[in-house]
Amino acid sequence: MRAFIPNYQLTTPASLADALALLKSEPDVWKPFAGGTDLMVLLEAGKLPHRNYINIWDLDELRGIDATDTHITLGALTTYTEIQSDPILRSEFPMLCQAASETGGLAIQNRGTLGGNIVNASPAADSPPALLAYDAEIELLSTGGSRWVPYQGFHTGYKQMHIGPDELLARIRLPRNTKGWRHYYRKVGTRKAQAISKVCFAAVSRMDHEQIVDTRIAVGSVAPIIVRCVQTENALRGRKLDTETIKLACDTLSHEISPIDDIRSTANYRLQVAKNLLTDFLLSHGLNG
Amino acid sequence: MLINFAVNGEQRALEVYPMARLLDVLREELELTGTKEGCGEGECGACTVILNGEIVNSCLVPVAQVNGADITTIEGVAGEEQLHAVQQSFIEHGGAQCGICTPGMVLAAVDLLQRNPQPSEADIRTGLAGNLCRCTGYMKIFESVVRACQK
Repeated sequence: MRAFIPNYQLTTPASLADALALLKSEPDVWKPFAGGTDLMVLLEAGKLPHRNYINIWDLDELRGIDATDTHITLGALTTYTEIQSDPILRSEFPMLCQAASETGGLAIQNRGTLGGNIVNASPAADSPPALLAYDAEIELLSTGGSRWVPYQGFHTGYKQMHIGPDELLARIRLPRNTKGWRHYYRKVGTRKAQAISKVCFAAVSRMDHEQIVDTRIAVGSVAPIIVRCVQTENALRGRKLDTETIKLACDTLSHEISPIDDIRSTANYRLQVAKNLLTDFLLSHGLNG
Repeated sequence: MLINFAVNGEQRALEVYPMARLLDVLREELELTGTKEGCGEGECGACTVILNGEIVNSCLVPVAQVNGADITTIEGVAGEEQLHAVQQSFIEHGGAQCGICTPGMVLAAVDLLQRNPQPSEADIRTGLAGNLCRCTGYMKIFESVVRACQK
């Protein structure tokens, strides 16, 4: 049933400092509200969990993309449209651009934000697999100051995450250390576009001749959180890329993910597709024996 | 709360609930019923409007976020005496059937041509990807936009 609109508050703070002060003053009462592409769907369904929201959409401090020699840093309000048009992201972080281009249509991409995608904490979100494979770090801001934490480990369970009631996700930072690596991103849904994923796979790798020197792999929609597949990475690192290695990697992956049956797909299908995508990623390097 | 915004070039001031959907404010407060409600959850694009130069789903925009904004709805697309080239093309090439998706389709196409006056076929498909139609089978809509680009 539709929500009763007068019950909901959406207040617009004059500054980032005012927003943080409000989060601090009444813990768990106020929640940030960005582009609305997830929260408004819940509102219409009568399932919006809180009543009081802070409109952070106009806070310029949370926008913009800045690059240094070592990192690229995105404001939490960076939209999917902005991600796709940034030249550094396009050349060095193509999986993030591809994820942005495959998230809804243009009207969603103009409003949906990278920070919102993280804190909405859907296990089917499109950008987090890329962020995990790129070793992203995130900045949490409060009146007490700023802290940067690895994105890996931020989500602790379904829709659960390490963020204080007074903290705001402010920025996302990616190390510029995968230039020249292979980047492989693939989202599998009911249709080629405009579909929520059944499995979403993101991986980067660096090879030396036939040996896998390093790799980072993350898979979405196969567990209560997006999974960084550390055991599979360890199984691959340093090995010669051959059919035996691929089998070992698929076996390891199948123990590292825990897909379920739900409205979009089945556990068996998701497991098989995850292994197929891992195989396709590994075969994309070219197999010589 | 009181909000001020421009709709189709006209300044409006309204007393609203901050979480009211822009879609409902346009249709019920301003009686601009050209903007349609389809799915109400950002999937279908029937409620598309142009907000500060970008298309958005007005069902997903709380009205508190449009204070000071500039909005174009389907009612603001045509000139005084003349339809927009996209509208004319939809008429000439059968791009509208039941009409529910048409305002959103037209606005998505108008926005596309503003950003990219010479779009490729792939650009047109991507530009319309967020707008669903259940009657035409899409080809007549696609062709209408192709022809509009040629004018």
